[in-house]
Amino acid sequence: MTLEDLVQLLHGNVLTEESDLSKEVKGGCGADLMSDVLASIQPEAVLLTGLCGPQVVRTAQMADVAAIVIVRGKKPPQETIALAQQEGIPLISTRYGMFEACGRLYAAGLPSLETTVTG
Amino acid sequence: MAQDQGPIRKGRTITDGAAGLITRVEELAYELKIDEVMTRDVKVVSPDTKMSELLELLRQARISGAPVVLHGRLVGIVSIEDLIRSLRAGDVESPVSKYMTPRVLTVHGSDPVIEALKVFTQTRVGRLPVLDQADNLIGIITKGDITRGVLRALQYDYQEEEVRRYRASHLFEDIVSDRTSLILRYNIKPRDFAHGGAASSNIKRALLRLGASPQIARRCGIAVYEAEMNLIIHTTNGGIIRVEIEPHLITMEAIDDGPGIADIELAMTPGYSTATEEIRELGFGAGMGLKNIERCVDKMLLESTPGKGTRLEMGIYLHPSALSKDANLSPKEGA
Repeated sequence: MTLEDLVQLLHGNVLTEESDLSKEVKGGCGADLMSDVLASIQPEAVLLTGLCGPQVVRTAQMADVAAIVIVRGKKPPQETIALAQQEGIPLISTRYGMFEACGRLYAAGLPSLETTVTG
Repeated sequence: MAQDQGPIRKGRTITDGAAGLITRVEELAYELKIDEVMTRDVKVVSPDTKMSELLELLRQARISGAPVVLHGRLVGIVSIEDLIRSLRAGDVESPVSKYMTPRVLTVHGSDPVIEALKVFTQTRVGRLPVLDQADNLIGIITKGDITRGVLRALQYDYQEEEVRRYRASHLFEDIVSDRTSLILRYNIKPRDFAHGGAASSNIKRALLRLGASPQIARRCGIAVYEAEMNLIIHTTNGGIIRVEIEPHLITMEAIDDGPGIADIELAMTPGYSTATEEIRELGFGAGMGLKNIERCVDKMLLESTPGKGTRLEMGIYLHPSALSKDANLSPKEGA
C-alpha cells in the first residue's frame, strides 16, 4: 500500500510538506507507548499513535518507521511537525480513532508489523 | 515540473532511490537560481539589424533566436520562425523590428528556476531573456539550460555524499594502529524532553555514514535512545553518552552521577518503573526501556550505586565472528 492510498483510506491530512506519497508502506503498528513501538515494530511500517510530541518522531526515526499517523484528529505541536519535516518522515493526521484507523488499513490489506513482545 | 511528473508517478512503481532523486529535482527547481543555469554569453541584435544578417548570426552561432536590444534595453525577441516568415515573403532586407515579437516574457536572474519552468509549461515560448534587478539583459534561459543545470547539481550532490561516505567508511582502513577507535560524546541534560533523542539520532546517522548496516544502526539507535531517555527522565544532573566505534564492536555507555538505582534486578523487571505520570503521558516510563535495550544489544552491563550514579554499558558486535574471540567487553581505559 502506498502512502497515497493510506491517506485516502484514513481521509488523512498530510502535515509535512513535499512528502513523497508514492512511498510503499509494508505494514502497520498502533501504539501509544514509545517503548512498545521500539520493542515491537518492524522496519518500514506506518506508526499509528495518539501521542503528538516530538518524541514520536525520534522514536519513528530510531525504529525506521515509514510514516506517522496521529489518530483521533489530534493536532501535533509545531515542533513535532518541524522535526518530522527535518527527518523526512511523513506526518499524517486522521480524524478516526485508533481502533477505526487501524481497522480500515487492516481491512484494506495492510498487514500488522507488530511483533509479540515477550518478557 | 509537477505536471510533467504526474504520469510518471502514477504509471509505475518508483524505487526509494528514484523517489529520492525526484524529490531532489523538485527541491533543486526551487534552490537553483536562474542566473546559475542560464547562458550568459547572449548574442543580441538591434531593431535595425536586417533579417538577412540575423540569418547569418543564427547560422554561425547555431542558435534559434536572439533578444532584440536597443540602448541596453530589451525591446523584443526574434526567432527562427520569424526569419522563416521573412524568407517566405522574400523580405530578408527588412529590419528585425518588423518581424520580432515586441512584448517579451522575461524572468529575473535571482528568481528560482521554477519560475522559468512555470512560464515554459504555461506558454509555448522556448527561450526567456533573463534580466537583473535594473532590467538589464544578463542572459537567456532555455529548457536545455535547466536540464543541464539540474543534472550538474545532482551530480555534485551525489559526489559530495559519496565522498563523505567513502571517507567515513574507510576511516578504519586508512589509519594504521594497534587499536583504532572513534569516540563520540554527548552531554544529556535532565528533563530536556524537547531534545530527547537528538543524540541518538546523531549516533544512528554517524553509524550509517561509517558504513554500518541498517540493521546494526537500528539496534544501536533503539538501545541508545532508551538510554538517552532514561538519562533525561531519571537523573539528577543529566549525564553523558559515550559511543566508541571499533571495526568489530560498537560500545555505547550512558553515565550519570545520580540518584542511582537501588535494586537493579527490580529495575530490569518489565513493567516496573519509577517514572511520574507526566513522563508516562509522553509515552515513556512504562518499565520497558532496560528490557528493550537488553533485546537490542549483544552485551549489557548495568552498574549503579545509590547516591553515586549509574553506568550502563551496551555492546553490539559488527561481525558474528567477533563473538567468539571477544566474549567479554574489554575493560575501559579511563575515558
